[in-house]
Order: sequence, then C-alpha cells, then structure tokens
Amino acid sequence: MTLTQQIITVAMVVLGTAVTRFLPFLIFPAGKQTPKYVQYLGKVLPAAVFGLLVIYCLKDVSILTGSHGIPELIAILLVIMLHVWKRQMLLSIAGGTVCYMLLVQVVF
Amino acid sequence: MQTRSKMLKKAFTTAFPYTIPIFAGFWFLGITYGIYMNVSGFSFWYPMLMSITIFAGSIEFVTVNMLLGAFNPLQAFAMTLMINARHLFYGISMLDKFRGVGRKKFYLIFGMCDESFSINYTADIPEDVDRGWFMFFVTLLNHFYWFSGATLGGIFGSLIHFNTEGLEFVMTAMFVVIFMEQWLKEKNHTSSLLGLAISLLCLIAFGADNFIIPAMLAILVVLTMLRRPLETGGAASGNAEKDADGGDAGQCRIDISESGRGGEAQ
Repeated sequence: MTLTQQIITVAMVVLGTAVTRFLPFLIFPAGKQTPKYVQYLGKVLPAAVFGLLVIYCLKDVSILTGSHGIPELIAILLVIMLHVWKRQMLLSIAGGTVCYMLLVQVVF
Repeated sequence: MQTRSKMLKKAFTTAFPYTIPIFAGFWFLGITYGIYMNVSGFSFWYPMLMSITIFAGSIEFVTVNMLLGAFNPLQAFAMTLMINARHLFYGISMLDKFRGVGRKKFYLIFGMCDESFSINYTADIPEDVDRGWFMFFVTLLNHFYWFSGATLGGIFGSLIHFNTEGLEFVMTAMFVVIFMEQWLKEKNHTSSLLGLAISLLCLIAFGADNFIIPAMLAILVVLTMLRRPLETGGAASGNAEKDADGGDAGQCRIDISESGRGGEAQ
C-alpha cells in the first residue's frame, strides 16, 4: 500500500467511526422533539448495553480449554463482593484486577 | 475569569478519579497497540495519529491488518460501521445528557468510546459541578490516556519487559462495576438481565467475532416488544429515578471521590 492509500484507509475508518457516533444526534437534533419510542430506547438501552459490554470483555474466554475461565470467574466474583461491600469503584476494580493478575501469573 | 477557572478546576478534579481505572486500562491496551503496530513494521507516527483521529480501541487493531492487506477503502468503511455499530446505542442514550452543553458537544460525541460513554452515563455529577465540563474532561482524559499509551508503545514498545499478564482485566472489572452501579440504581432489572442473557446466547451461537450485531438487533427487538410492560412497570424510569433519588446517588458519588483522593479522607 502506498502512503496515500494508507491515509485513505485510515480516513475511512475515522469516517466510519464518526458516523456511528454522530448519526443519532444528526437524526434527532436537540431542537426537535425526539420520538417517544427513541426516548424509551434511550432509557432502557444503557442497562442492556452494559450487560453486552461485560460479555464483550469476556468473549475470548474459553470454557473448554486452558484455565476454563476459572480465573475470570473468581476475579469477577471478587469484584462483585468488594463492590457490594464497600461500593467504591476504584477499590472493586483494583482488587479484581490484582486478583486476576496473580491467578494467571502464579496459579494457572 | 476567576470563577471560570475555579469552575473548570472543580469539574476536572471531580472527573479525574472516575478515569483512573481507564488510565490503567488504556495505557496497557494503548501500549499493546503501539507495540503491535511497531512489530508490524509501522513507525510510531501511525499509532500516534490513529489513536487521536480514530479513538476507538478494537477497530484500531483491525486497521493494522487492513493496512497490511490490499487497498480496499469501501471494505474498511463497512467493517468500521459493523465493529462500531454499538456507538449508535450510546448516541441514542446520550441525546438528552448532551443537550445544552454548548460547542463541547461536538467533542463529546467525537470522543464517545465505550469507557467515556459508560462513565458519562452512570456518573452522579454533583449539583455544583458543571455537567458539560465534567463530561468534557472525562472524554479528554480518556483520549489523552489512549493517545499517550499508543504513542509510547510505538516508540518504546520493544524495550518493555514488565510482566503485565492479566492487566487487561482492568477493563472487564470496570464494566462489571458499571453494570452493578446501573443494577443498584434501577428498580426493574429486565433490561440488564436481557443484555447479559441475549449477548451470551449470541456469543455462543455466532462466536466471538460475529456476535455483536446479532446481539444488538436481538436486544432492540426484545426491548421493543417489551415496551408496554416496561414503560408501565417503571423500568424505563430507572434513570429518571436516579436523578430524583438524591440519597442513593449522593452516597455513591461520595464513595468515589473519597477513594479518588487516595484514602487521605479516611
């Protein structure tokens, strides 16, 4: 690929990303009343999307081979327990991550 | 001017603690990305400029392969739309929250990656902190972390020998926490459970590389079918509830800002 072709390729990726981010705001501008259905989606979608993002993070975990997803399971349970107990975002995240690193580096 | 700089400082210091986990995650992923480009034969200018202009993690890794393959701009565009389609959901969710923030709105939309969206959607921004600037700083800090990580990886990538195996879990942990924050705030968990269950089913059915679009479509269809029960049942008011319910929201905000100050408050 020449430099010009590389620039065009990257530009297409920039454009594609911007389209996915700007499109809803272009279709439903701030000045106009957003349709009730879209307002409803705006309220119920985030909860589902956070569930999707959790699964997305775990998409490459293999249950049948390697460590069978056990380190992930243990670390996530720790995150949940820490968060229910203290409800301090940074503590829950740091605790779970350190636990996971120890598990994959030392135990498994 | 005095009050303006004070207001900006307050928005920045409120935003910063929320972004600390993202700093860890983005530096790890960003450096990994920079190294990946480095070993694929690209100079540090590539990860540096691509991390600023694209600012969407997974597609940037894919772009490396595109640059190594045959020139096909239309395919690059279509692929980007598919991988980043989830941003459409973020936009629909942020239509109201980005209202009235002035010219910053353009940048807020441009920089709306998974992490910026999640923080800006769930954070309980205190009354006396400017909402628009808070979201602006969250986005800007995330953008900076990603950019600096990718650039450093591109420059020094081959010299790093620290055992970081497993550090990528910081992103998983963050999304689990964000999922829980949403869970603890909402009265009806239908949408949260649907998101988990549908995504998991689609992952099993379509595999890791192809499950996002079917999962999004299925979530959209099921939530549309459940519109009547959810609207009357009060699940849709989960977010309005959050705004009205100051007690619970305030609790969480204090916790986060305290832990952000490195425990000196405790």
